[in-house]
Amino acid sequence: MELLQLMDSALRLATPLLLAALAGLFSERSGIFDIGLEGKMLAGAFAAGAFATFAGDPSYIGEYWSVPIGLGLTDPLKIPLGSWGVWSVWIGLGAAIIVSIILAMIHAFASITLRGNQLISGVAINFFASGTTVLVAKQWFAMGGNTPSLDGSQRFSTITLPGAEAAADIPVIGPIYEGLISGHNIIVYAALAAVPLSWWVLFRTRFGLRLRAVGENPGAVDTAGISVVKLRYSAVLIAGLLCGISGAYLSLGTSAPGFSPEMSAQRGFIALAALIFAKWSPKGVLGAALLFGFLEAIGNKYQSIDIGAFVIPVQFMQALPYILTVVILAGFIGKAIPPKAGGEPYVKER
Amino acid sequence: MNNAIPKWVDIGLIPLLNLLLALLISGLVVAIIGESPIEAVKVMIQGAFGKFGIGYTIYYTTNFIFTGLAVAVAFHARLFNIGGEGQAGLGGVGVALVLLAVPWPHWTIALLVASLAAMVFGAAWAAIPAYLQAKRGSHIVITTIMFNLIGSALINFLLVGPMKAPGMAPETSVFPPEAAIPSLYDMFAVIGVSFDKHSPANISILIALLAAVFVWFLIWKTRIGYAIRAFGHSEDAAVYAGISPVKIIMVAMLISGALAGLMAVNTVQGQARHLVLDSVLGAGFVGIAVALMGRSHPVGVVLAAFLFGILYQGGGELSFAMGIPPEMILVIQALVIMFTGSLENLVRVPVERLFFSLRKGGAA
Repeated sequence: MELLQLMDSALRLATPLLLAALAGLFSERSGIFDIGLEGKMLAGAFAAGAFATFAGDPSYIGEYWSVPIGLGLTDPLKIPLGSWGVWSVWIGLGAAIIVSIILAMIHAFASITLRGNQLISGVAINFFASGTTVLVAKQWFAMGGNTPSLDGSQRFSTITLPGAEAAADIPVIGPIYEGLISGHNIIVYAALAAVPLSWWVLFRTRFGLRLRAVGENPGAVDTAGISVVKLRYSAVLIAGLLCGISGAYLSLGTSAPGFSPEMSAQRGFIALAALIFAKWSPKGVLGAALLFGFLEAIGNKYQSIDIGAFVIPVQFMQALPYILTVVILAGFIGKAIPPKAGGEPYVKER
Repeated sequence: MNNAIPKWVDIGLIPLLNLLLALLISGLVVAIIGESPIEAVKVMIQGAFGKFGIGYTIYYTTNFIFTGLAVAVAFHARLFNIGGEGQAGLGGVGVALVLLAVPWPHWTIALLVASLAAMVFGAAWAAIPAYLQAKRGSHIVITTIMFNLIGSALINFLLVGPMKAPGMAPETSVFPPEAAIPSLYDMFAVIGVSFDKHSPANISILIALLAAVFVWFLIWKTRIGYAIRAFGHSEDAAVYAGISPVKIIMVAMLISGALAGLMAVNTVQGQARHLVLDSVLGAGFVGIAVALMGRSHPVGVVLAAFLFGILYQGGGELSFAMGIPPEMILVIQALVIMFTGSLENLVRVPVERLFFSLRKGGAA
């Protein structure tokens, strides 16, 4: 039973990692390094929290949807609202995706069009997100960088799968179905579905083949008359989309919904670690995200683990994903080989 | 035909234009949140250079010189050391360990051993990523990010466990008074000049400036510095010339880690006088912006570090005087990294084109 609870919470904790790692998968498979996953998640989390509040909070709902926009304008921006309140969570999700894609496009512009350093661009995006989210949150809500807590239609509600309660009494399968598989919100299921979907897109479509080729040998793709720039922009766009969903999950899909400063809490880097641990494969990403989610669940539940001879401190559990990633990178347990053209801007020959 | 643009354009005009763009956008952000950018600049300058501000400005500058030099040395070997945060944190562990181990008879000796410990621990934390890059080709950016996170877990463990002082807080005991290094107040008092007594600035600023001179000498006046630059310029050519990549990567990263670690002398020994959680507070990352802005030259790094010192101290003042949240500093920092780093070509390409067309016009 305890194990089932742990696995249940592992699945919840794995969801944002899974989405962000898949985001990194698309970007890096096309040859664009992305250490800005963290920033895009954080910005997405804030946008989701803020816009779900605007759409669903009674103090913001009137005849108009009032956005205190700043810019020296004394009157807030008024958008006719109607009855959007019930859609708040989806408006939040949409805002998260849009904001995350905007950051992704800045990254794409810097790395693809201007051929700038992709790593530096990622670092800048992380700082930009961690500064602007709190800055704007304080400006809009004056709650020390938090958004108001959310409830009702402002958050993703859990879904009880059909027959879950009836099946609960069946031995073994019942508790697993009722306690582990059922009872999550839609983003959890969407993230799980995104794994085979990503695999299919990357390995079974023409777009995916070209996307992987452009990450290994952009010159060859260019010679075949296919635009390297367009392919890479699309890959980074998909990364923005997935990071936005991941961020929205953080602020709208957990047990205490609402945005708080730095709420992504290095998850973007754990996702990056998961991606490398998975050796840039979709199936591996699922395994790595679940493993890292499980480690986090253990770390949350137990302060330290006594295994008889000595005690494993909780900090070790927290650091384990990073240690495992370094071990994998070092090539001691199978070698993690990144896409060949990763990090290199493509310069067309003349 | 000489294709190079004039040097003053390369290292003067283009970085300046990039910086201006970053500051312009920052001003726009201030305007968007409904405050006057001009007023903000005034408040920042007053906050950074006022009687009680200047000491803090120098204190922050000291940190950023160390971390900026750390990133710069690695940049010369075309290595992106993003791990300054972890290396400086571990430097703090080294400082705390030696200062708590034995009562040192005099501050000069305490300063010497603390500096050595800071360098050794910082370098050690850079050593594993460096080795993995050199020998196994593991990407140093990823491994140094991982080591930042592992380092923060390790320091957390040490401060709630083995190194914790009696009491509730996760911190070490306070160092013995003999280990206290002179503050700028003490130093100025010797020559009869009054200085803010409560400012955290201390003798480490001199160590930072010495470190800048050392880096200049190392990179431009020694064989190994030449090898580092050659390697950074073209790995293939360097290997052809008989330079060992393993050696260069190790040397550059160890020096880089040692410089980042040295920052702990300023923060842990000089200011806090005991080790606390989060003793680095992002200075490792500021080093990236400083090195980019200073174009990896020690003079540029010192100037950029000073600018960021002003930004950090004056930016803190913004929240007191104008209610602009201190996170504004992070936004400006991000914009500086963006415009002097990843978006550099936004300015460089048009400026280069302009100069080529001017030259063509002159030749014809």
